[in-house]
Amino acid sequence: MSDTVTLRPRDWDSHPAYIHPEYKSTVLRGPTKPLLPMKDKLRQLRAPVYGHDAIGALDHDLTRNAARNGAPLGERIVVTGRVVDERGRPVRNTLVEIWQANAAGRYVHKVDQHDAPLDPNFLGAGRTLTDSEGRYKFYTVKPGAYPWGNHPNAWRPNHIHFSLFGEYFASRLVTQMYFPGDPLLALDPIFQGTPERARDRLISQFTLDVTEPDFALGYVFDIVLRGPNETPMETQR
Amino acid sequence: MSRLLGQTPSQTVGPYFAYGLTPRQYFYDHGSAYTPVLAQPQAAGEHITVTGRVFDGKGQPVNDAMIEIAQLDAQGREVTSAEQAKERGFTGFGRCGTGTDAQLRFAFTTVKPGAAAGEAPHIDVIVFMRGMLSHAFTRLYFDDEAAANAQDAVLQSVPADRRATLVARRDVQPGGVVYHFDIHMQGERETVFFDL
Repeated sequence: MSDTVTLRPRDWDSHPAYIHPEYKSTVLRGPTKPLLPMKDKLRQLRAPVYGHDAIGALDHDLTRNAARNGAPLGERIVVTGRVVDERGRPVRNTLVEIWQANAAGRYVHKVDQHDAPLDPNFLGAGRTLTDSEGRYKFYTVKPGAYPWGNHPNAWRPNHIHFSLFGEYFASRLVTQMYFPGDPLLALDPIFQGTPERARDRLISQFTLDVTEPDFALGYVFDIVLRGPNETPMETQR
Repeated sequence: MSRLLGQTPSQTVGPYFAYGLTPRQYFYDHGSAYTPVLAQPQAAGEHITVTGRVFDGKGQPVNDAMIEIAQLDAQGREVTSAEQAKERGFTGFGRCGTGTDAQLRFAFTTVKPGAAAGEAPHIDVIVFMRGMLSHAFTRLYFDDEAAANAQDAVLQSVPADRRATLVARRDVQPGGVVYHFDIHMQGERETVFFDL
């Protein structure tokens, strides 16, 4: 990578603001002072290295990676998509980590006290690397909705958490994938904290093309990370 | 001008990231891509611990933050491949949650980074937590590098009265060298966060 590469800025018309009072925890946790500009140099810092041998054969398959005596309960799904930069170029060989609630809406996490059953055959965490076209693919079960304490009768829509690096330190992204047609989206302060024009990008698309016959419904979730600026030559076109 | 695709928006890491992102640290039965240990004992350089807490706007320590750090090795070199990381005993990147320590500290086992040309030694830091819809970037400098710090363009671009929020305090303990670096999300001592 040449020394002259600079990344496009973080697009604050796409990302949520730090303080979004409807999501109550933001009020005491988001920075209040303006961010200071950082010189371009740091944007070039590469994403961390990751050893391929650390990915297990079943790490992309949440229906099998924690199975003890059977398959996890719930609706089996395929979640796949491409990781690209803002110019649509594939982000190859990049780590994608996911975690989610089980089909009953319960997280394995020890602090989750929601009165819904744990599934002995489901952990809810997986990871994979994108291929040469930026493509990733997970098998899992559709996560359930669950209540949370933000406001009376608050429920999180079904979602899967995603963590990505991309090619650069500054292209780091942690996000959540939602499901189409979920009535809870309109009521969720986390989803609604996203600028309106960008919200749809968080909703996966059901598609028959990736649905596997007699096996699992398919959802496509493409992810766009910050990429390099166009070179002067290209901006003239 | 060619049309660009819109960036996928950030969302909060939430309260339940531990078994997905920091499973080993939190004793879940799942491998960890990154851990709080950047440097193995054989790594070259001065071995240090970088530790601190994350405080909210009421001055309460946060028990569900996740901190990631990235740095050069002791000779000021970037780690550019998994093979290099293995050879050097140094990954260049670490991840630690604040929920496993009784005092809610994060703690990284690493080496003091060397400096790239024209910069003071530093560690780049990303802060995630429940209650943050977008992550925040900050940077750690070392208080025993006053001369280099005075020449560092990024640090010097920060208003003088806020620079101290980015400088870790060296503390030589019987067990080794510790740098203390607390992160204040809000308030008088609000840490400087960067738009990068």
